[in-house]
Amino acid sequence: MLRTTIVSLSMVLGLAGAAFAADAQPALLYDVGGKFDKSFNEAAYRGMEKFKAETKIDYREFEIQNDAQREQALRNFAKKGNSPIIAIGFSQAAAVEKVAKEFPDQKFAIVDMVVDLPNVRSIVFKEEEGSFLVGLIAAKASKTGKVGFVGGMDIPLIRKFACGYVQGVKATDPKITVFQNMVGTTGAAWTDPVKGGELTISQIEQGADVVYAAAGASGLGVLQKAAEKGKLGIGVDSNQNHLYPGKVLTSMMKRVDVAVYKAAMDVKDGKWTGGINVLGLKDGGVDWALDDNNKSLITPEIKAAADQAKADIISGKIQVHDYMADKTCPF
Amino acid sequence: MSQASRELPPFVDYVVLPVVNVITAFIAAGLVVLAISENPVEVVKIMIVGALGTPEGLGYTLYYTTNFIFTGLSVAVAYHAGLFNIGPEGQAAVAGIGVALVTLAFDGAPWWLVLPFAVAAAMVFGAAWAFIPAWLQARRGSHIVITTIMFNFLAATLIVYLLVNVMGKAGSMAPETKMLSDATRLPLFGTLLKPLGIDLGQSPVNPTFLIAIAACVAVWLLIWHTRLGYEIRTAGTNPQAAVYAGIDPARIIIISMLISGGLTGLLAVNEVMAVQGRLLTDVAQGAGFVGIAVALMGRSHPLGIALAAFLFGILYQGGAELSFDIPKITRDMIVVIQALVILFAGALGNMYRPMLERIFARRPDRRAEETEA
Repeated sequence: MLRTTIVSLSMVLGLAGAAFAADAQPALLYDVGGKFDKSFNEAAYRGMEKFKAETKIDYREFEIQNDAQREQALRNFAKKGNSPIIAIGFSQAAAVEKVAKEFPDQKFAIVDMVVDLPNVRSIVFKEEEGSFLVGLIAAKASKTGKVGFVGGMDIPLIRKFACGYVQGVKATDPKITVFQNMVGTTGAAWTDPVKGGELTISQIEQGADVVYAAAGASGLGVLQKAAEKGKLGIGVDSNQNHLYPGKVLTSMMKRVDVAVYKAAMDVKDGKWTGGINVLGLKDGGVDWALDDNNKSLITPEIKAAADQAKADIISGKIQVHDYMADKTCPF
Repeated sequence: MSQASRELPPFVDYVVLPVVNVITAFIAAGLVVLAISENPVEVVKIMIVGALGTPEGLGYTLYYTTNFIFTGLSVAVAYHAGLFNIGPEGQAAVAGIGVALVTLAFDGAPWWLVLPFAVAAAMVFGAAWAFIPAWLQARRGSHIVITTIMFNFLAATLIVYLLVNVMGKAGSMAPETKMLSDATRLPLFGTLLKPLGIDLGQSPVNPTFLIAIAACVAVWLLIWHTRLGYEIRTAGTNPQAAVYAGIDPARIIIISMLISGGLTGLLAVNEVMAVQGRLLTDVAQGAGFVGIAVALMGRSHPLGIALAAFLFGILYQGGAELSFDIPKITRDMIVVIQALVILFAGALGNMYRPMLERIFARRPDRRAEETEA
């Protein structure tokens, strides 16, 4: 009896899956940081919401709690016929590789990592280029000659952010000191704004007056404490200028929203392609944020310098070092 | 264990009391679900069907159960010696390093050949990480709660450092070791049992589950049927009396913490050698802390621990299914539901005891009178 129920149930699900597979039925798998981190994962959420608003197509989503759920969630989406299935974060790579092989007819995308399969689109960003620009802006805006960097965890991705930032600072003024701290060593490092705030206070007490956060939701604490102490923060991934208007110097935008939106749209329009998408300044994949909230902080001189550097990076005149190329940072 | 004012029949103590506690927790959780205007009955149904209704769901439940049994037993052994081991997270992480070293060294060899070495490495590394806090407690009087918490953070720092700088896969963004070859990786039950016509889908339950069951039996034998177990219980109940009986409490502290760390270490075999097939930064993923609740709920008895671990397995797997099916119930809601179970079954575990004593205590009282007579 139970067995027949299960069998008939799975048949119904299977049929439903087959019926859906033809259209775009996107699914989004967030990383441990969680959907509303005001940063990396939330950017993906916004991209998907934009897709939903424009196309009236609903999507499925899941926030994982532990590593075993990555494969489980992807497979669950795949079985229900979702496509594209977009996984956010480098930690999803092994799970995407495995599940994408099991469902070769469905389309997958992964952000921040390369999975070399024909039905997977790998989206990676040149974080170092955007970080270079905000480093330059930080150096120009600093009055004390000291700036800070608060990362989430001491992992290659964050070193990549840090290295670009330091290069941008030093290219502007080699005498400026850059303090670097990491929030933690466990997954909680991305969701601990209190610790992020404490590190910011410590850097400010050492003299820093601009602090760049690359720490997911922990970065919220960085921006908050910098604002409270009358100093400047720099946001990351999403445009975070609006969080503390006039107290956030700029944000290093990593346009995960655009990449996610595009992946879903491409499937809908039948224009989907697999392979590796590397998004830098040139492609609008990363950029620095200028809006009404930080207009007063960005002087014409700073803006001119940032625009010039951006043009130079795009033209190749300035070479920004990619930490991942040789796993060292020469600055 | 908690000292009851009056003795309850074992059946009431080990079965009725936990069941009443869990039912209370579910009622409280049901109110929370009602508050966000979802149907609690529907929610329970999805959780139970998701965790037990399909072979694959059951496989996931048993996978979580495996981890919780190891950490639950670990906490329980220390608890019998009067110690509160908060360190399973760190001990599992260091054991993960040990398992990774062994499996990577023998990579390519058949798994049944590597497994005994991996098990040994897991236990030795887990025990070694527990040894330092144990020694500090035994010889220097440093409180084991403080030191084991600190050692969790030290282990996390160590593992991130090793994965980023030493053991990590070259050219990879993710802090993880390379994937084990299929021959060395412990096969899942889903693969092993397929020829027998049992389909567990892709669920991660694997032969480590049998090791967990064996560990339950071993701990039961150790605590209640060996001289060492007697010494552990004596030192845990009353260290002064233990000294009087010729037992060295310092020695017992160190030995029971070594056993505790070794048991937790086995979790790394499940994660590193089987489920993930590689070492990631977070080996225990909270199972170490769940183990404390499991040990409390299971009354530090292996049978109780196995059942409590299974219940938490259901909560974890059922919870995941829940957020798949009802988007309104986020993962934070599931943490709330799990926390309520921990609250009522662990922290408030003795809330109903006076009431149950009034109902059930007559029997042991009469027995006591009979012995007196």
